[in-house]
Amino acid sequence: MRLDHTDQQLINHFQRHLPVCERPYLEMSRQLGISEKDVIERLQSLQSRDVVGRVGPVFEHSQAGASLLAAVAAPEEQIDLVAARINRTPGVNHNYAREHTYNLWFVMTAPYSELLEEHLDELEQELKLPMLRLPMVEGYHIDLGFDIDWESLP
Amino acid sequence: MTEEPRAVSAWGLLRLRKQLERGLPLAARPYQALAERTGLSEQEVINAIIQWQEQGLIKRFGLVVKHRTLGYTANAMVVWNIPDEQVRAVGNIMAGIPFITLCYQRPRRLPDWPYNLFCMIHGTNRERVLAQLDSLITEHNLQDVKHSVLFSNKAYRQRGGRYVSHD
Repeated sequence: MRLDHTDQQLINHFQRHLPVCERPYLEMSRQLGISEKDVIERLQSLQSRDVVGRVGPVFEHSQAGASLLAAVAAPEEQIDLVAARINRTPGVNHNYAREHTYNLWFVMTAPYSELLEEHLDELEQELKLPMLRLPMVEGYHIDLGFDIDWESLP
Repeated sequence: MTEEPRAVSAWGLLRLRKQLERGLPLAARPYQALAERTGLSEQEVINAIIQWQEQGLIKRFGLVVKHRTLGYTANAMVVWNIPDEQVRAVGNIMAGIPFITLCYQRPRRLPDWPYNLFCMIHGTNRERVLAQLDSLITEHNLQDVKHSVLFSNKAYRQRGGRYVSHD
């Protein structure tokens, strides 16, 4: 999706360090040389076009609660059904089809790990599919706030 | 005379975390709006967010971009089987490579899953991602390390983690 220059600047400047003060969007508008109203409308528009998922915090998973990456090997013709069933399980926030025998990969979170395991056990029993449970051992780099390469985008 | 600061309500802070997991309101005074929803004052909301950033509970505070919508559709998860005693060193090297967006260690699950190091490359086309991967392998002598590339072909869900509350 093509964005105009101001939208690009908005994303370039504020993937991190959103101002934390009474009028944050006013603060941002000064840096961009547009009005506060324009900032808010642009953010609304970016959200409605699904370019921005949300405006706000990314929590550090190890401090925030329990999370785990899991994968299942779904029969190719049932993959949409299995994906929909996974999405109905509480706490699923990412769910992707990937090119591998283990073709569905999802991340699940919960307030604490016993509850997370319970949800996974229930799901596994229902799906009757082999499931990989891959908790994080150590993170070396986890930050999706990378600079967008606007030139390379279609 | 200044007033004694009152203790910030623990329930209020929990409600605030729950609200924040869904995102900041797009209104002129978003922290005031959050204050009204959580029973805290605007200043308490602001202080809590600043403190959580300092403590590292909030690791990034800003616009969370959905790369796929923008055109980052060649998203590869590359998994490696690195000898245990080298995994941290290799992980730290990969963490410093600009086109690698995520890098972490996870347990092997033998015999099905021999891989212990994961890295992610977000790209706009497959050829470019595979070229980046080739250069990574050559530059860091990873030719003998078993690896697998898992491109994603569909996103069934992509949103922020919700730890406090449930769907």
